[in-house]
Amino acid sequence: GSCQGNSVERKIYIPLNKTAPCVRLLNATHQIGCQSSISGDTGVIHVVEKEDDLNWVLTDGPHPPYMVLLDGNLFNRKVMLQLKGTSRVSGLAVAVAKPNPPQGFSPGLKCPNDGFGVYSKDYGPEYAHCNQTVWNPVGSGLSYEDFDFPIFLLEDANETQVIKQCYQDHNVPRDGSGPEYPLCAMQLFSHMHAVTSTVTCMRRSSLQSTFSINPEIVCDPLLDYNVWSTLQPINSSGKVDPDKEVIMVASRIDSHSFFWNIAPGAESAVSSFVTHLAAAEALHKASDVHLLQRNIMFTFFQGETFDYIGSSRMVYDMEKDKFPLRLDNIHSFVELNQVALRNGTALWMHTDPVSRMNNSVEVQVRNLLDILSSSSMEGRVTLQEAGFSQPLPPSSFQRFLRARHIPGVVLTDHQTAFQNRYYQSMYDTPENIRIQYPEGLSPEETLEYVTDTAKSLADVATVVARALYRLAGGANNTSAIQADPKTVSRMLYGFMIKMNNSWFQSIIKPDLKGILGDVPQHYVAVSSPVNTTYLVQYVLANLTGTVVNLTKEECLNPEKTPNSEKEMYDYAWVQGSLDPNSTSRVPYCVRSTVHLSKALSPAFELRQWGSTEYSTWTESRWKEIRARIFLVASKELEIITLVVGIIILVFSLLATYFINAKADILFSIPRDPGAVAY
Amino acid sequence: PMGTDMAQTRHRCQQMLSLSHRAFFWLVSLLLSSLIWFIAVKASDPRDEPLQRGLLIFGVMFSVLLQEVFRFLYYKLLRKAIEGLVALSEDGCSPISIQQMAYVAGVGFGLMSGAFSMINLLADSLGPGTVGIHGDSQLYFLTSAFMTMVLIFLHTFWGILFFHGCEHRCWWEIAAVVVMHLAVSGSTFCNPMYVGSLVPSYSLMAITAVWAYLLSGGSAQNMRRFLLCKS
Repeated sequence: GSCQGNSVERKIYIPLNKTAPCVRLLNATHQIGCQSSISGDTGVIHVVEKEDDLNWVLTDGPHPPYMVLLDGNLFNRKVMLQLKGTSRVSGLAVAVAKPNPPQGFSPGLKCPNDGFGVYSKDYGPEYAHCNQTVWNPVGSGLSYEDFDFPIFLLEDANETQVIKQCYQDHNVPRDGSGPEYPLCAMQLFSHMHAVTSTVTCMRRSSLQSTFSINPEIVCDPLLDYNVWSTLQPINSSGKVDPDKEVIMVASRIDSHSFFWNIAPGAESAVSSFVTHLAAAEALHKASDVHLLQRNIMFTFFQGETFDYIGSSRMVYDMEKDKFPLRLDNIHSFVELNQVALRNGTALWMHTDPVSRMNNSVEVQVRNLLDILSSSSMEGRVTLQEAGFSQPLPPSSFQRFLRARHIPGVVLTDHQTAFQNRYYQSMYDTPENIRIQYPEGLSPEETLEYVTDTAKSLADVATVVARALYRLAGGANNTSAIQADPKTVSRMLYGFMIKMNNSWFQSIIKPDLKGILGDVPQHYVAVSSPVNTTYLVQYVLANLTGTVVNLTKEECLNPEKTPNSEKEMYDYAWVQGSLDPNSTSRVPYCVRSTVHLSKALSPAFELRQWGSTEYSTWTESRWKEIRARIFLVASKELEIITLVVGIIILVFSLLATYFINAKADILFSIPRDPGAVAY
Repeated sequence: PMGTDMAQTRHRCQQMLSLSHRAFFWLVSLLLSSLIWFIAVKASDPRDEPLQRGLLIFGVMFSVLLQEVFRFLYYKLLRKAIEGLVALSEDGCSPISIQQMAYVAGVGFGLMSGAFSMINLLADSLGPGTVGIHGDSQLYFLTSAFMTMVLIFLHTFWGILFFHGCEHRCWWEIAAVVVMHLAVSGSTFCNPMYVGSLVPSYSLMAITAVWAYLLSGGSAQNMRRFLLCKS
C-alpha cells in the first residue's frame, strides 16, 4: 500500500519486491501458466540446489507443504514435472541462473506455432508438426504446461540471498533430526480469475458486460498494433491500384518467456527488427526510390509468438478489403527471422517446397533467390539456400501462404534447427547475441559504441536492402546502399539495455516520456500499444521520414495545412534533442509514411472463441500479485496461546462473579462523612 | 416504584457515562501526547538512532504525565457531577459513591489503553506469520497480551488510589500513582528482556491491588471470611 506498514507488520514480514510472476494464459482449448489460491499460498522454504535436495521436498520433509527455492540450472522439465505431480509443494520461486545455463534453456515448444502455420494434413503433411525438422530441439514446452501452484522469478540476487539466509538460520535440519519451529516460510499471491479456456472466459466476460452494471471481466485478448511503412507513399485510407506491385518485408517484434513481462527476446525478436529497421533506413537513402517500379512495404508484426496474431490479422484485413493493399498486390515476400547468430558468413534462405511445385511460383521464387544471392557481400555475408526438401521455419510468411501462393523467402542464421539455445526464455539477453561492451563506459558512450554484433547485423541489413532494391526494379549500382552500423548499435542498446537514452528521448512525442522507464522487454501484453510498438514506430519515422518545416499547430493538425497530403503521410511532433548547454529541447515535425494497424486476432472480431484457424490467446486478469517471507510458529505454540487465553478468561469471569456475589463480605462501607453528605 | 426506578436509571446512567467518558478522556490525552511526539519526531533527524530513542522515551513519559493530568481533570468533573446529583436527589444522598466512580473510571481508562495496545497486534496476528524474522522473540504476542492485562489492572487500581488521594487530600497517594505509572511505562523499554518489564509490573500490580482493596473498605479479616466461606 501507499502507507508504510505499521511496525508490527514490519517485524513479521519481509516483502519481496523484485519478482516476476507466472500468469495464466488461455487459448481455445487449454489454460497454461500458474495459479495460486485466492488468499495466497504459504509453505515452508526449502532451497533446492541439486537434484538430491528434491527428496526432502517430495518425500522426507516433515513439514509439508513446501515452498521450493529452485536454482535456475534445475529449472527444467524433469524437475518441474516432479514438482507438479506432488501435493507437498505449495509454490516455487526460481532464482535466475548466472551465468546462463550452458546446455541451453527454452520453455517454448519444440515446434513453435504448430497448427497455425501453413503446414497441415492438407498442405505438406510430411512437413507438419515438425516431422522433417525440429526447429527448437532445446524446447521443453514448460511455458505451455498448466501448474496449480504459483511460480515466481526472483530477479534480484540480494533478495535471493536474504531468503537463503533465513533458510540457513531456521530451516536446515540439525544433527539428523528435523528442523524445529519457528520455520522460515514464504507466501505467494497470484490468483488468476480466468479458467479453463478462452471460450469459457470470454463467454463469462461477455455475460458480465451484457447484464451487469459493474462488469467483472476475467480475461483480455492479447492485442497490440502492427507497424507498417511504405517506401513510396500510398493513400492509407484508400485502396492501392491492383496493378501496383508491392514487395513485403516482414519481421516480428515480440517475444515471450515463462514469466510475465520478462521477454528480452534478443535473438528471437530484436535482432530481426533492428536489421529490418536498418535496411529500411538504407533504402530510403537511395536516390531514385520514387522511380522504382515496385513499392516496398516494411511491416513489423506484433504478437507473432502467440500463433501469429499480427500477421493473421493483416491477411484477414487484406482479404476483407479493410487494408489499403490486397493480397494480389504482393509481388514477393522477404522475411527476416533470427539473424544474429550466424555461423561464419552464412545467411540461409528458406522457401516453401510445396508451393514451389507449381511452375509459375517456382520461376518467381527462383528469381527471388538469384537476386538475393547476387547481393552477397564477399567474405561478410554469403546467402545460401537451405534446401528444397526443407519446410519454412515458423514465420509470418506462413500465414500469407495460407491465403495465397506468394513467392517468398525467410532469411535466418540457422539451416535446420535454431542456433538460438534460449528461444523465448529469460536468458535470450544481449549476452546471447555476443554483445559486449568494454568496462567503464558512461551511458552515452555505450549508446554510441559499435559492437561486432552491430557490424554483423549492419552487413545483413545492407545485403537485404540491396536485394530489395533490385527486386523493386532498381537499375543503378547498389554499392551506395549501405546500412549504418552506428544506427544499428544505437538501436540494439535502446531496445535491449536501456530504453531511456538520449536518442530515444529525442525522437518520441513529448507526452510519451513515461514509456522510457523500464527494463526493455517485448511481451505483447493486453494494453496497447506497448513500449516496443511505440518505439519501433518512432524509430522508423526518424530513420525513414523527413523533417518538415511546420509549426506545432500545423504538425498536429495537418488537415488544416494545404498540401499536407494527410492520407499519404503521418505527421509527428517529436521533442527533439537536448541543447548541449541548456535543459530545453528543440522539437520539430517529422513527416513519414509510418502507420499502425490493429493486431487483434480475427477470432475476436468474428467472436469465434474456439477457432482453430486464428489465434485465440487471452491473458487472465488478477487483483494482486506479491510475495513475502516470514516465520511460522508451530501449531503447538498457537494452541497453547489460545488455551491460556481461554483459561484466563474463564478464571476472570468466575472471579468477578464470586467477588460480586460476596461483595458485602469483602468490602465494609467506610464511615466516610466527606463522600456522602453535603 | 417509580422513584427507585428513576434512581436506578440515574445510577446506571452514571456508571455507564463514567466508563465511556473516562475512556474518552484517556483517548484525548493519548491524542495530545502523540501529537507532541509526532511534531518532535518530524522536526528531528530520522536517521539519528539515539536521538529517536530519546524522543520516544520523552514521548512516553510525557504521555504518562498527560494521562495523569486528565485523570485529575476527570476527578474534578465527577465531583461536580456528584454534587449536582445530590442536589437533584430526594434524600440528599448521592445514588453512587465516589469509590464506585473511581473504580469504573479506572476500568474505563484501562480498557481503552488495553484496546489501543492490542488492536493492531491482533490485526497483524491474523496473518500466517509470527514475529521473529528480524531476530525478535517468538513470544511477542503472548508477552504483549500479558503486559496489556497487567496495565488494565493497574489502571483500575490507580483510579481507586488516585481518587482516594484527591478526596482525602493525601498528595503522597497521588504522587505514588504517578511514580508507579512512570516506572511501569519505563520498564517496557527493557523489552525484549521480558523479565525486566513483566516481573516488576506484576509485582507492582500485586502491591497496588492490596493497597486499593484496603482503601475500598477491605481488610484481612474480610478476606479470610470470604475465602473460608468459599471453602
